Amino acid sequence: MSSIDYNEKIPNNVDLAGDRALRRALEHWQPNYLEWWQDMGPDGSQDFDVYLRTAVSVDQEGWAQFGHVKMPDYRWGIFLNPEKPGRKIHFGDHKGEDAWQSVPGEYRANLRRIIVTQGDTEPASVEQQRHLGLTAPSMYDLRNLFQVNVEEGRHLWAMVYLLHKYFGRDGREEGEALLERRSGEEDNPRILQAFNEKTPDWLAFFMFTYFTDRDGKYQLHALSESSFDPLARTTRFMLTEEAHHMFVGETGVGRIIERTCDVMNDLKTEDPATLRAAGVIDLPTIQRYLNFHFSVTVDLFGADESSNAATFYSTGLKGRYAESKRKDDHVLKNDSYPVLQLRDGKLVEKEVPMLNALNEVLRDDYIREAASGVKRWNRVIAKAGLPFTLSVPHKAFNRKIGSLAGSSISPDGEVLTQEQWQQRKSQWLPSSGDREYVASLMGRVVEPGKFANWIAPPAIGINQQPIDFEYIRFN
Amino acid sequence: MTEPVDYQTDPTRYKHWKLQFDGPVATLSADFDENAGLRPGYKLKLNSYDLGVDIELNDAINRIRFEHPEVRTVVIDSLKDKVFCSGANIFMLGVSSHAWKVNFCKFTNETRNGLEDSSQHSGLKFIAAVNGACAGGGYELALACDEIILVDDRSSAVSLPEVPLLGVLPGTGGLTRVTDKRHVRHDLADIFCTTSEGVRGQRAKDWRLVDEIAKPAVFEQTVRERAAALAADSDRPSDARGIALTPLDRSHEENSLRYKHVTVEMDRAARTATFVVRAPEGEQPVDIAAIEAAAADWYPLALARELDDAILSMRSNEPDLGTWLIKTEGDAAAVLAMDATLLAHRDHWLVRETIGHLRRTLSRLDVSSRSLFALIEEGSCFAGSLLELALACDRSYQLALPDEPEAAPCITVGEVTFGLYPMVTGESRLARRFYDEQSALDAVRAVAQQPLDANAAFELGLVTSNPDDLDWDDEVRIAIEERVSMSPDALTGMEANLRFNGRENMLTRIFGRLTAWQNWIFQRPNAVGETGALKVYGTGEKSRFDWNRV
Repeated sequence: MSSIDYNEKIPNNVDLAGDRALRRALEHWQPNYLEWWQDMGPDGSQDFDVYLRTAVSVDQEGWAQFGHVKMPDYRWGIFLNPEKPGRKIHFGDHKGEDAWQSVPGEYRANLRRIIVTQGDTEPASVEQQRHLGLTAPSMYDLRNLFQVNVEEGRHLWAMVYLLHKYFGRDGREEGEALLERRSGEEDNPRILQAFNEKTPDWLAFFMFTYFTDRDGKYQLHALSESSFDPLARTTRFMLTEEAHHMFVGETGVGRIIERTCDVMNDLKTEDPATLRAAGVIDLPTIQRYLNFHFSVTVDLFGADESSNAATFYSTGLKGRYAESKRKDDHVLKNDSYPVLQLRDGKLVEKEVPMLNALNEVLRDDYIREAASGVKRWNRVIAKAGLPFTLSVPHKAFNRKIGSLAGSSISPDGEVLTQEQWQQRKSQWLPSSGDREYVASLMGRVVEPGKFANWIAPPAIGINQQPIDFEYIRFN
Repeated sequence: MTEPVDYQTDPTRYKHWKLQFDGPVATLSADFDENAGLRPGYKLKLNSYDLGVDIELNDAINRIRFEHPEVRTVVIDSLKDKVFCSGANIFMLGVSSHAWKVNFCKFTNETRNGLEDSSQHSGLKFIAAVNGACAGGGYELALACDEIILVDDRSSAVSLPEVPLLGVLPGTGGLTRVTDKRHVRHDLADIFCTTSEGVRGQRAKDWRLVDEIAKPAVFEQTVRERAAALAADSDRPSDARGIALTPLDRSHEENSLRYKHVTVEMDRAARTATFVVRAPEGEQPVDIAAIEAAAADWYPLALARELDDAILSMRSNEPDLGTWLIKTEGDAAAVLAMDATLLAHRDHWLVRETIGHLRRTLSRLDVSSRSLFALIEEGSCFAGSLLELALACDRSYQLALPDEPEAAPCITVGEVTFGLYPMVTGESRLARRFYDEQSALDAVRAVAQQPLDANAAFELGLVTSNPDDLDWDDEVRIAIEERVSMSPDALTGMEANLRFNGRENMLTRIFGRLTAWQNWIFQRPNAVGETGALKVYGTGEKSRFDWNRV
């Protein structure tokens, strides 16, 4: 077996060529990764030349190089944001000490757990989305899907790099396990339940990239504050790529709304049945998808009162979103934060120690940003002159994790009985009929410049290319 | 004042366990209600337990023993997603007094030992169907089962995270069962017990931490097959009808606990509690049909349940009453007749279970951290099964009545004395008393079934002291007053040392190590000081240790 030409094959800024231990680990792992990509990467796509962005270095020019490439040949690389000499820990009990350049034995278990849990979501989403290429609404969208997929693959590389480099044999075993678990496989599921759900159609995909990838963004932000410097620098660089995924989601949903509004105006109707007959997705269905993806994602932030959250923060493993920009003591021992509770049939706020509420803090940060994108979607509707508003549901709606799990709460925050919930939930969450209808729209439109009937074209192409650019050569 | 702990419950009141029956297999599913802790101040998240959860578990096992004789295998699993049981609730431990923690650990240990006791003596087998994360006390519960089957879903692990996370030891025999029962190599056990995330999948099997692993798709099937295989080897009856464990006839007053056959009188000023056990009265069943008809009212079963409840109640609710005085009342012949019935039918499932209940109840006395004095007075009936109470005591005083030999209280050694109620060491209390020395045991056997007055009993070494009626009052009073004046901690340690004087086995090591190591660590600032690991767990505060190795 010929060894790998490291700098060419695996672009990196971690001196891979000079690091024997890391090379040994990756030499073993890389063939397994490629096998995983062949098995679980985008279905039937291995031979396509796809116009992809590749990171070959972390500087201004290097992080986004565009060109046609076959995905299995994509140069998955390992990049960390450059080291800031003398970086100090800026929160928690170790505040003021030097940031760690290796894993403190004391925190090995928790750091490994954090990295494995984050790493596991990356291949999981590729697996969830692997059949979507067969029903792409356009070549442009197909290309975006593939871009998201290869970058999730690279994010897996990033986490595996940390495991290989800093966690010894344990880390190598975890690296293998990341390739062995499979989204939705009963015997072998991904760690987080949201990543075992199907992404059955493109509306779900856009919602996922808008809402769920944004959870990824917030988690990465929190990790980019870590006292474990390699983790902070790795996740910081991953964030540059994550932005594109959310762009795909936000514009994708926006374009579906735009197309629906056009047809509503053409036919002068709001009637879902008429709109469905015309082959577009009615706004109430979009709202139900939104409700579903929002609530499932909000659960990903974890329990509202969490001892792990407190431990992770105080020990310096995971900060808050934008930790360094916050104006407080960054230790948080004497602070409290309100979390929602259901008491005597009412939602009430309860003050809990801030450290234990940090999942909730991150969740609330997330919700603010997620809601702001929904306002932009509403502008599309308003511009079309239609009297409909999309909104994110109440934080307590459809929760499965935390103290609100299992409560029956409407999107408006009204506390319901179990019976009322059962009666009304199909108004708020996609019914099997909704999903079947959306699935029925999913055909395959891949001629350059052509778009499925239910989605509007984008305003501009990728990397300033025209919209009818040949983003993919099918060969 | 807080509510006293009540050890009586029934399935209609369970908040934490679901009990289902399917022929020879019962499934006991953990679904702990996080808002139903026994005391305020913590939530039973992720199937973590407190004393209330274990009271239900103990009740459920007893109901399976008596109400469902057709059950041969009990499968313990969880209804929570991805969590089997995460052990004792840490926040509960954090807010509990030392005494509460020790009492809690003792009871949970007894319940787990009870699983092994039933497996060994009654053919009732247990499978831990570990269908999710299994940590600390959750794994210790699994360790007490005959087999552990772990779901191999690439994330569920078994673990004992007490040392790395909490700065204490597993409190329910975890360390001891990992080595003594499962024979995990000590260096692998060292890794296992210091790795907070535990061990999963094939490695858990390779290291002998579990017996079998199974993928989620075949997990239930595997559990079913193993449950059926274990059931096939059991001699529990398939066609018997169970008997209902009806509520105890019990009244609780400020200074007394009264049951049908047992009374406990408390003397708070003297810091003593006097247990009086009364012999059966009237006609008693002698054949199986009559025993089944009597059911929960059958004297030996009723006695076992009442005494069990009294011991548990007194241990939890009256920690200041440090000396228990044990007395009996009634006709010794009636006790010996009961023994004859027990022995004649000992292979019948209901009789076997009843003997088992008595055996486990007497074992509770052995590990109770109370000074136990038997007072053998006029009208008493320390014969056969009830003599066991005196033999369990730290000291026994038998009244001599040289002037009224016909009224003098006697004790009677029965066949049962020689081994029907072994201690957890496997030896009888009589053998324990004489260090298994043949000459002493032979001398006792020669007088079996004969009433022995104080002098005879004293000569044989069966009682501690034989004061006559002139000395009795002062001698007994002074002995008790002296006893209650001593350090309760030192007494607890001394009594345990002396009671478990001979053979050691896994169970004595579990109790001994719990009492010595765990209860020491539980007291230390490194665990419970302001910055101790147990105290700060979950707050985000880092534990700060005194690094001095002791």
